Amino acid sequence: MNLEAIHILALAPLIVVTLTAVAVMLAVSWRRHHFFNATLTVVGLNAALAATIYVRQEIPGSLAITDLLVMDQISLFGASAVLVATLGCATLLHAYLEGLQDNREEMYLMLLIGAAGALVLTGAQHMASFFVGLELMSVPLYGMIGYIVKDRRSLEASVKYLVLSATASAFLLFGMALIYAATGSMSFASLAGVEHSGLVAAGIAMILIAVAFKLSLVPFHLWTPDVYHGAPAPVGAFLATVSKIAVVVVLMRWWQAAELGADPVYTTLIAVLAAMSILGGNLLALMQNNLKRLLGYSSIAHFGFLLAALVAGNEFSQEAILIYLLTYMAATLSAFGVLTLMSSPYRGDDVQTLGDVRGLFWQRPFLAAVMTVSVLSLGGVPLTAGFIGKFYVIASSMRSELYWLVGVLVAGSAIGIYYYLRVMISMFLAVPGKRRLDAARDWGQRSGGVMTLALALFTLAVGLYPQPLIELLR
Amino acid sequence: MLLAWLILIPLIGGLLCWQSDRFGNLPPRWIALASMSLVMYLSLDLWASGNYSLATDVLAAPQWQMELQIPWIPAMGISIHLALDGLSLALIVLTGFIGLLSILCSWTEITRRTGFFHLNLLWILSGVIGVFLAVDLFLFFLFWEVMLVPMYFLIALWGHRASSGNSRISAATKFFIYTQASGLLMLLSILGLVFLNHDTTGILTFDYNDLRGVALPPRLEFTLMLGFFLAFAVKLPIPPLHGWLPDAHSQAPTAGSVDLAGLLLKTAGYGMLRFALPLFPNASQEFAPVAMWLGVFGIMYGAVQAFIQTDIKRMVAYTSISHMGYVLIGIYAGGALALQGAVMLMVAHGLSAAALFIMSGQLYERLHSREFSKMGGLWSRMPWLPPIGLFFAAASLGLPGTANFIGEFLVLAGAWNTAPTVVIVAAAGLVFASVYSLAMIHRSMFGPARSEEPIEGSSPRELAMLLTLVASIVYFGLYPQPVLDLAAGPMARLQQIYTPPAP
Repeated sequence: MNLEAIHILALAPLIVVTLTAVAVMLAVSWRRHHFFNATLTVVGLNAALAATIYVRQEIPGSLAITDLLVMDQISLFGASAVLVATLGCATLLHAYLEGLQDNREEMYLMLLIGAAGALVLTGAQHMASFFVGLELMSVPLYGMIGYIVKDRRSLEASVKYLVLSATASAFLLFGMALIYAATGSMSFASLAGVEHSGLVAAGIAMILIAVAFKLSLVPFHLWTPDVYHGAPAPVGAFLATVSKIAVVVVLMRWWQAAELGADPVYTTLIAVLAAMSILGGNLLALMQNNLKRLLGYSSIAHFGFLLAALVAGNEFSQEAILIYLLTYMAATLSAFGVLTLMSSPYRGDDVQTLGDVRGLFWQRPFLAAVMTVSVLSLGGVPLTAGFIGKFYVIASSMRSELYWLVGVLVAGSAIGIYYYLRVMISMFLAVPGKRRLDAARDWGQRSGGVMTLALALFTLAVGLYPQPLIELLR
Repeated sequence: MLLAWLILIPLIGGLLCWQSDRFGNLPPRWIALASMSLVMYLSLDLWASGNYSLATDVLAAPQWQMELQIPWIPAMGISIHLALDGLSLALIVLTGFIGLLSILCSWTEITRRTGFFHLNLLWILSGVIGVFLAVDLFLFFLFWEVMLVPMYFLIALWGHRASSGNSRISAATKFFIYTQASGLLMLLSILGLVFLNHDTTGILTFDYNDLRGVALPPRLEFTLMLGFFLAFAVKLPIPPLHGWLPDAHSQAPTAGSVDLAGLLLKTAGYGMLRFALPLFPNASQEFAPVAMWLGVFGIMYGAVQAFIQTDIKRMVAYTSISHMGYVLIGIYAGGALALQGAVMLMVAHGLSAAALFIMSGQLYERLHSREFSKMGGLWSRMPWLPPIGLFFAAASLGLPGTANFIGEFLVLAGAWNTAPTVVIVAAAGLVFASVYSLAMIHRSMFGPARSEEPIEGSSPRELAMLLTLVASIVYFGLYPQPVLDLAAGPMARLQQIYTPPAP
């Protein structure tokens, strides 16, 4: 298959991001200038986003770019979500790194490489691109998590993520090898419609395990709280949004292309993982006083919800997954955004305990309002985007008559609301003494602040009037 | 558009209150008062201009006096569909009135963060009005859930520490989780119904008008009905699902308790009348005996618990459980008389419970305690409040001449044909009601005084609130026809769909 102009065009977002990475690398070696490099990154990401929109208009339907990648509605959706989330992280990183007394510029380089890996994942339709994308995305993350090298916890988180991520990759590779041994093909679609031998089933199970590691589903979630805790807040945001969005998109494509939903064994497996994650994540978060860990546990539960929609496999499923991903991304990113705006490596530990945000509303009402909106959205309270996502997931599970799973979803939301309320109310309580950490007075005028505010507004807007978004995703 | 304004006015007023906080404590109070007065005026105007008399053939007239439908999420067949009939109007007028009272009763009680307080107060009222108007099931669920958040804030931020030492935040959380979890069960039922309709007709819709006629297989109908019933049973509340209520009431600020007892409990009764019965008539009929006996249990349990409480607000909270038992019996007994009685009792209880909570609030402001042990002999120490309290206690026990009597009498008389045994046992509950009401007065007002020191009397504002309540309870007690006329149309319609079970 030849690569023609149209294929190059379809690859434009990926190419732009890669070129930006190269440009930033050169710029860093030329001169260390924090603002310049950050701006270069943001400009590159915006260009890639514009390219995505252009590609969406130019290329209708789906377009295969060699056997490895495909450009269609889902991958374009994934690419835009990845790029928006990366942009959010980039603005947050700029606000955060201002206070770091060390080299700051390499972070953007790793951010861009990670984003490029995520873009590959969103378009992957072949085991090779799956693996390459996943590694391209994960390897920079080791560096990003451990970026504050002088902080012992950051370093520890990095090593922990490295070891477990490598384990997951091993599982992935082994699984791929088994499938290749049995079928002689690495393409996703080659599994469709054929009788699965034991070898293939084992391979699929191993790949699912690797994916479960990346999405931190129970029982593969043990790394999550520690890594979320140790990572700098904006990197935590990247981990919680970009890396998960990309993996969900690739899982969804593989699931559809290989027609795994047709086999009750795999659906049951995923359903059980989903149920365990929803209950496990929410239960573990209940007594958590550390906000970063709490967001980690909450993400476990959220991906349980998402998988429930995947299991349902009906006309609502795809819409449900995409909407849920988007609402989760907006809420998580703005929650991390608030944490970032209040902390700086210059002033010691990040803001992360409930005590740190206590009484925030009475000092920074709008910042606290942003956090309230995102927490309520994560909790799925009506009038926020999170509710629309939750509603879609529950509706699609109801549609497929998965009653026990629906029961778990309801129980999970009821448990979850407890700790979301705890976070929310602590921001409204009276402050006992003077606050140790605080956001800058002009947080609303900085790019990170604007981004956080915009995400909160998006969350509210989707909650109030979701129709345009639904149409966009159809 | 008028219907949307009923919801929007408190919503916008709340935002104004929040922002006017910076000019002091008074602007938020006046803005709140002005917005609720406007709502009250609009609803009274609707009442005066609408045709709700019994004289015409109620079934021939269109069901809705007024309707508003705006597409919202056409992808899921969801629209902003508001509609008004006599039942909703009666409860909206009640909301306007109770809303005004709850703003007035916090006039001196709330001195911290007045702006944010009134934001929450008005948003609760907005959500309650939304519940009473929504006829799209998705929209109804949305309002049902959304009013929890401001209520949560109200209890958690301005609440009192309970005598038992439980924190107000845990009370608020309990309230939220109970209602949210049961609300989700209702959502499942809604979805089940919607998809069933989709399977048979091919149309995806959440509209009440379209979903009412869906033919359901009996077992499924029963399951779906249970989802609705559980959500309403938690809010009504019916023991053993009442766990949130005493804590929420005793820890909430006065305005919160007034709204909870006066309005939020009524949303459950309204939900049964509007949704549970008409959507699932056969299953409801099958379930009616159970529901009615649950009502009887609620009456007895609430009464016994009320009697043994030492905290006056907890006690009033338990009397609410007891009274709501009668409402439940009235609703499920069916029949024009019993249904009318249920509506009347909801209105009457809204007034009398609000009055008792306002009174407890005023006592608390003076004594800084809600314990009966700190009261006693108040009759000799303060003017006005004790005799008025005695009147409200009498109203609560259903003395003839008060609106509560009309409600209870109609419920019991109306239910006699369908469930005589239930009526006999429930009527015995009236005796309990006298016991606990008089005990409350006896413990707080009579007996030896704790000290000779006189207590500050009621201010004109407090007196005006209480006397207006006295007047309205007596008025509806002597001339209940306006409320009965309002409810006549919807209840006659409901009776067409829902036939009471044979005895």
